Amino acid sequence: MTTVKTKTLAGDGQAPAVSVLRTSPMRSARTRRLGLTVLGWAIACLIFFPIFWMVLTGFKTESAAIADPSLIFSPTLESYIEVQARADYFKFALNSVVVAFGSTLAALLIAIPAAYSMAFLPTKRTKGTLLWMLSTKMLPPVGVLVPIYLLFRDFGLLDTRTGLVIVYTLMNLPIVVWMLYTFFKDLPKDILEAGRMDGASTLQEVMFLLLPLTLPGIASTGLLSVILSWNEAFWSLNLTSSNAAPLTAYIASFSSPEGLFWAKLSAASTMAIAPILVFGWLTQKQMVRGLTFGAVK
Amino acid sequence: MGQIMTKTRAAGRTVGGLRTLSLQAPAVTLLFLWMIVPLAMTVWFSLQRYNLLMPEMTGFAGLENYRYLFTDPALWTAMGNTLLLVGAVLAITVVGGTLLAVLFQQEFPGRGVARVLAISPFFVMPTVSALVWKNMMMHPSNGVLSWVAESFGLPAVDWFSSLPLTSIIIIVAWQWLPFALLILLTAIQSLDDDQVEAARMDGAGPVAIFFFITLPHLKRAISVVIMIEMIFLLTIFAEIFVTTSGGPGLATTNLAFLIYIQALLDFDVGMASAGGVIAIILANIVAIFLVRMVAKNLES
Repeated sequence: MTTVKTKTLAGDGQAPAVSVLRTSPMRSARTRRLGLTVLGWAIACLIFFPIFWMVLTGFKTESAAIADPSLIFSPTLESYIEVQARADYFKFALNSVVVAFGSTLAALLIAIPAAYSMAFLPTKRTKGTLLWMLSTKMLPPVGVLVPIYLLFRDFGLLDTRTGLVIVYTLMNLPIVVWMLYTFFKDLPKDILEAGRMDGASTLQEVMFLLLPLTLPGIASTGLLSVILSWNEAFWSLNLTSSNAAPLTAYIASFSSPEGLFWAKLSAASTMAIAPILVFGWLTQKQMVRGLTFGAVK
Repeated sequence: MGQIMTKTRAAGRTVGGLRTLSLQAPAVTLLFLWMIVPLAMTVWFSLQRYNLLMPEMTGFAGLENYRYLFTDPALWTAMGNTLLLVGAVLAITVVGGTLLAVLFQQEFPGRGVARVLAISPFFVMPTVSALVWKNMMMHPSNGVLSWVAESFGLPAVDWFSSLPLTSIIIIVAWQWLPFALLILLTAIQSLDDDQVEAARMDGAGPVAIFFFITLPHLKRAISVVIMIEMIFLLTIFAEIFVTTSGGPGLATTNLAFLIYIQALLDFDVGMASAGGVIAIILANIVAIFLVRMVAKNLES
């Protein structure tokens, strides 16, 4: 409408032509911006919808959960209370916490010395060692399911938290070493050099200089390791049954077809993913570094 | 003087070498054991007659397990399913992830929140996402999708019985699209704005800019996404375990699930190990390329 008008005006004289040039790109920029906003938000909401719906369903009663989808209902905490009372939710949550944080702590303790020596005392073999560590990550777990299962059975590690901690520590060790290595390498060498000049031993150097200075990097490495262990579902489904089952395995027990417990499933799931969602949001940037082994920055 | 210099330097190197050795030893030893012991056992078992249900049947089997496996149609069905699953999810996530990365790179109000929402599914544990989709989204009578279809007057789809593999593909793609988006969004942020601006000045439209500037810039990140996803997607397990259990029939049995059936349900250690060896070989073909690329990156 406006373009037609200005076009006819533009034929009459010079001045309106200038205003055409000025207003129409601005207007099209504005519509473009509006279009982008609508499209961006629509897609984001569409992708997020299943999570949103799950959180919503957790606050419904079981009968409301399987009724026709509706945004209007009277919210209740019934399912949250029942999940705890009937299924002993916190036992599984505790398993998840112990296994995820235990394996992360173990991986950090083993990885910090290794990453330190790789970053500050590099030899000709350092690069090869790093790549070799990375390549151990490429071994598909299902390829070694049988021997690990049998070894765990023989050593009495099946369905124990210790067993899962061992597996997760080793599973995440290459990524943890790799991420710590990249964070340590970013640290200016002079700082550690200065500490050494002042007579600090290697241990003091690590404890009082390296660790405090790279704390943000270490924290995001730790968080990534916690996220990966928390969400791991192959080993937890195959190596645990009731005692050491973490949340991934507990949630899987809702797949049995006996009755529909959608509200309880949703309540349990919401509690299971909430902390990890927050961790993930906090560490997105650094995660890319770890997940791609520094190949994408 | 020169002699002394070289001597001290040599001594320093040994001390450094020893330190390196002792510092790296725990990590390297543990990883070596973690990799080599099970790997050797898998290869060894795959050459044995070893079934936990038939303890009297033992002994060296040679390649018998492999021959049996390769003549079993279940293996080929599983291989086909694995390839379909990997291929379809890769296509969806890479194309979708690239387009979404371009979209979420544009400035619009609330972009930060929209990005966070779009990335979220990647942080949801696989058993939760599979069950939420199976029950609340794809349930034939009470699911959201069937409700949407019915409100448009369309018949509801019984996803897991009529389109089992497609359903699995949708769930897995929903989990991995955010991964591709996260990586590609990071990569696209290093794109030089001046270059884009210069191209625009020269009269390049958005489509031309996408194909001649953005896409070449993302080439490397896209190949990283493809390789990492392939390694994980080759052995998708939990999503199948909680939704279809490989069925109906073998319709959603992939290589990982086939090995699981043979090992923990049929207790045929020999056969399962042979399957494991095949999975390892497949994953390694992909891994070689990925490791090479990372190695090149380490040098620069």
